[in-house]
Amino acid sequence: MSQLTIHEAHRLLKTKQLSSVELTKTSLERIHQVEPKVHALVTITDELALKQAQKADELIASGDISFLTGIPVVIKDVICTKGIRTTCSSKILENFVPPYDATVMEKLNGCGVVLVGKANMDEFAMGSSTEHSAFFPTHNPWDLSRVPGGSSGGSATAVAAGETIFALGSDTGGSIRQPAGFCSVTGLKPTYGRVSRYGLVAFASSLDQIGPLTQDVMDCAMVLNAIADYDSRDSTSVPSPVPDYTQCLTTDLNGLRIGIPKEYFVEGMQTEVEIAIRAAISKLEELGAKVEWEVSLPHTPYALAAYYIIAPSEASANLARYDGVKYGFSYLDTDSMWEALEKTRQYGFGDEVKRRIMLGTYALSAGYYDAWYVKAQKVRTLIRQEFDHAFDKYDALVTPTSPTVPFKIGEKVDDPLQMYLSDICTLPINIAGIPAISIPAGFDNGLPIGLQIIGKPFNEETILKIAHAYQQATEWHKRRPEI
Amino acid sequence: MKLSREEVLHIGLLARLGLTEAEVERLGEQLSNILENFEILQQVDTSGILPTAQSIPLQNVTKDDEVTPSLDQSQILANAPRKEGNFFRVRAVLE
Repeated sequence: MSQLTIHEAHRLLKTKQLSSVELTKTSLERIHQVEPKVHALVTITDELALKQAQKADELIASGDISFLTGIPVVIKDVICTKGIRTTCSSKILENFVPPYDATVMEKLNGCGVVLVGKANMDEFAMGSSTEHSAFFPTHNPWDLSRVPGGSSGGSATAVAAGETIFALGSDTGGSIRQPAGFCSVTGLKPTYGRVSRYGLVAFASSLDQIGPLTQDVMDCAMVLNAIADYDSRDSTSVPSPVPDYTQCLTTDLNGLRIGIPKEYFVEGMQTEVEIAIRAAISKLEELGAKVEWEVSLPHTPYALAAYYIIAPSEASANLARYDGVKYGFSYLDTDSMWEALEKTRQYGFGDEVKRRIMLGTYALSAGYYDAWYVKAQKVRTLIRQEFDHAFDKYDALVTPTSPTVPFKIGEKVDDPLQMYLSDICTLPINIAGIPAISIPAGFDNGLPIGLQIIGKPFNEETILKIAHAYQQATEWHKRRPEI
Repeated sequence: MKLSREEVLHIGLLARLGLTEAEVERLGEQLSNILENFEILQQVDTSGILPTAQSIPLQNVTKDDEVTPSLDQSQILANAPRKEGNFFRVRAVLE
């Protein structure tokens, strides 16, 4: 029953064929059944969930029901939940209990959702496999020996494994879309500024964005309806009108122009992925879209380097706040301020976080600032301009979400550069601040392949429409792993 | 782009990471390798191009200076590793 979509569960709740308590119990039972295998959750909130479900049932009985009322949700552990431990899967925040809710949580709670757990992630959202969690790696529900992607690997796994009906993740360089691709679920990174970042623990503030992970595009649109809004508490929130995203979901792609940037079919790309993606694009053509197969975005090969200068630079500044004074892990066994600070960070941060802080500190340090940081920001300008020009001609661009299917746990964890390369198709989108969605587009030997659809800024409708039309014509998104 | 041991130590100090000897060696190698690969950035002609710090068309975002409720001291101090009364307890900055 927990394999129900939001729209299916909503119909059953509304017609009283199902109660939120029943739905929540099914979700919790599934969690306790599969958690020992997948390890998607850092915290399971049984008690709270049942209380919220009872309250939701009361709301529904009184006729006060929104699309998300009574629906179980998993939240990535980088989003602050008032009174519920929010760890970022880091030792340094292992016991941190936020005194306030993130804006997205206020909005979901206002809809009467049921929180069933907080999702595992790469520490501070830095990683592409969820192996950089300080607690435990998450296992891909399609093949437990493989990674679920990252950094929102726990959120994607929880949805794919039927532990929850939907989840929220965050995406700084692909952290929603790449795990959505690896776990065969639908994942959207909205336009930068579309969803409030207030209460999202900061990684790279000019790139971070919260978004939904769901079982299909209809659900994705419903969740976006609930979380997209202007928020004065986030100074990069954009006061642009929020449409009803479910209204754009038609199946007719006639008149839409879709471009295929050839630079995304990179060397080292797995053949099976390329074949599946080309087949998916042909399907979009069948549905009426006009496809141009040879679009060029020539600065794409520089995006990886620009990203891995900009994101770590911002991270090194953002993570300076972890000093062991106000909250979080603190090294206590010394009277020296400097020793306390250094040992707090030495024991509190994991390898990947230290690596990125070092990289960012280097790029921002005297003598290197212009050559690395400013240079990367100039390349960022060129990448954004290139997308803007492409969108003069095309309504959307389509690429693979990742160049490979999910890799083995342990395969890349000691080779940071190889790990970084698995975000090669997703990180240019964050650099440009534009929206993109990943949807299931096939399998290679039982391992999921994701299709990425990239849109114009503040035009999530077009990519949702294309993704929805594809899902209406295919069955990939309906397959579920057996665990 | 080989980072010297001194450079790694210097960056580690700036970031206050308390690096161990093993970390200095490993991070030095890994960062050198990463930066070497990122040198392709220098091939891009960026003459006349302005840097982009963020991607949205907003400038100088301000809001009215209004009094609104904030968290109380006990909520703020609830996560404090060391506190005394209504204060965070810190170590001496000046000897």
